[in-house]
Amino acid sequence: MHDKIISLDNATKRFSLPEGGKINALDAIDLEVSRNEFLTLLGPSGCGKTTLLHVISGFVQLDEGQILIDGVDMGETPPHNRPVNTVFQNYALFPHMSVGENVGYALEIAHTPKPERIKRVGEALELVGLGGYADRMPRQLSGGQQQRVALARAIIARPKLLLLDEPLSALDRNLRQSMQIELKNLQAELGISFIFVTHDQEEALTMSNRVAVLNGGVIQQIDTPLNTYNYPANSFVASFVGASNLFEGKASRDGERIHIATEHNEVIEARARKDQHINGGKVTAMLRPEQFSLADGDENRAEIDVTIDQIVFLGSAYELLGKTTGGSEIKAIISAARQSRLAEVERTKTARLSYDPNAVHLIPGTGDVQ
Amino acid sequence: MKGLSQSNRQRAQLSLLLGPVTIFLAIFFFTPLLIMLIYSFLMPGLYGGVEWIFYPHNYGRILGFADPTFEFFDPVYIQIFLRSLRIAATTVIITLLVCYPAAFQISRLKENWKNFSLFLIALPFFASLIVRLFIWVLILKKTGFINSTLMSLGIISEPLDMIYTEGATILGMVYIFIPFMFLPLYASVEKLDWTLVKASQDLGANGFQTFFRVILPLTMPGIIGGSILVFIPTLGNFVVPTVLGGAKVLMLGNLIEQQFLSARNWPFGAALSMLVMTGVLVMLFIYIRSETKDGDQSPATK
Repeated sequence: MHDKIISLDNATKRFSLPEGGKINALDAIDLEVSRNEFLTLLGPSGCGKTTLLHVISGFVQLDEGQILIDGVDMGETPPHNRPVNTVFQNYALFPHMSVGENVGYALEIAHTPKPERIKRVGEALELVGLGGYADRMPRQLSGGQQQRVALARAIIARPKLLLLDEPLSALDRNLRQSMQIELKNLQAELGISFIFVTHDQEEALTMSNRVAVLNGGVIQQIDTPLNTYNYPANSFVASFVGASNLFEGKASRDGERIHIATEHNEVIEARARKDQHINGGKVTAMLRPEQFSLADGDENRAEIDVTIDQIVFLGSAYELLGKTTGGSEIKAIISAARQSRLAEVERTKTARLSYDPNAVHLIPGTGDVQ
Repeated sequence: MKGLSQSNRQRAQLSLLLGPVTIFLAIFFFTPLLIMLIYSFLMPGLYGGVEWIFYPHNYGRILGFADPTFEFFDPVYIQIFLRSLRIAATTVIITLLVCYPAAFQISRLKENWKNFSLFLIALPFFASLIVRLFIWVLILKKTGFINSTLMSLGIISEPLDMIYTEGATILGMVYIFIPFMFLPLYASVEKLDWTLVKASQDLGANGFQTFFRVILPLTMPGIIGGSILVFIPTLGNFVVPTVLGGAKVLMLGNLIEQQFLSARNWPFGAALSMLVMTGVLVMLFIYIRSETKDGDQSPATK
């Protein structure tokens, strides 16, 4: 028994571009997934997440580096010999087989005796809430049901690792949300490690033990959802995971306080965390839109004046889009409970916003990290 | 049927559009067919033409209950029937074996190479059938291209017997009917979803298992379609056996042609045609059944 179900070491994959040259789809990726972990690979299209998934499932061979699954080198192992199963993006159910035949496919291939096969197909379908559907054809099912069949099919052979390639992207919003919770529960119940690929940051935050944010074939950050959201490692993560206001500037220290002076002449105030080392270099200060509120004179909060371009009603809250006096764009989310003051903002097109300096997250460096 | 939910206006439009072709088929296809059917049960006249007497022995001559008064049962017709079936089946198998891998290769080419390949496959249609067959005569005959080349190279001393054999007939059939196999196969292979192949491998199936459980069943409509499109015209073809088979390889098509044109025994020719036609209809019925099931793409699973 190895502690890590999968470990990738310096995994690199290059693809030739049609116009010549090569692109690093995966650039020296180091990644480890523990037993029973739910890891999400999050990133925009073309960030390498699907390539990474294919490397693990065996459809893509690495150019450099190593891949171990449960301690065994998988370098030359073809997909059908890897203890890994995949839930495909468009489910990839065999249209010429019934639901039961689809789910039992892996067992049939493995020559599992028929009585046991039927029993396990029944159990797997039961587990995904489709008991009694074994004789239907896939095309007779809704998208959500097909999704569940694909899931049952992928877990029936009890893989060591389950890969899920954007499995929820084709479902509508409500169904997607309930499937997120179900997947999470299923993972806990089965005790199989999941690697879940998505470009939807909400999905990533909801379900995972850890989130790996990928861009340009490089892991930008790998951490818990909370840390990824609150303490993004760079400005790419800050802007990709949730909305953010980023202020790049020179940091200077004044006791407990840090002032970040931007080139637009704004000054953002932050509190130094103990571990933070400010040496007068460039930093990027990040404020989430929901950290703003309308200023009410609280001395513990820092304030900033903005002109408002647009107010968007979101239901439970209003989104304010505007600019600072220096010209940086600002996005703030204000609770709809402050309606009376929002009316004034709408009339004057200006607002004084306040934020808690403790909540300002400082990203070291110049913010041009990709 | 959609027709039930269509408004009257749409129905009127539909009958207007389908009207001409229906009338055309009724006059020029079904009526002659009916005449043939009736003729096949009439007694052949002594000098051509027919006597209007019910006479089942046209079929009897072929199937074994010949008119005892002046015909006897001759197994040669069944032999010709079987030979034709054999030639048609061999042609189907050869064209299938040639086209199936080719369809996969071509479907994975880049768009412009794909179109070019399809153009090349359709290219023989631009030349006359007779010209194309006589080219094979020039290649295969005793003093033809192959024999003269091999003899001048000293590989053989006597010319090979290639032309006027069943092999030459099959070669000609394959040559002519290959596009009819390729196109339906290609259509089927082209729309094969390769993620299903990946899914199969992911679930533990090796290449062999994936082929027989996923690829073959999903391309079965194309295989059946192509096979029928090759089998039926091969069975009835009389040009190829005439040109490349000579007098030795007589097929059903030649036999029917002879009965109508030389022997002037129309009822017997009609009976032969009806038997071929029945066979063809049975096959078409199977094909249509598999096509209607194509909605779930399950012709191969029972």
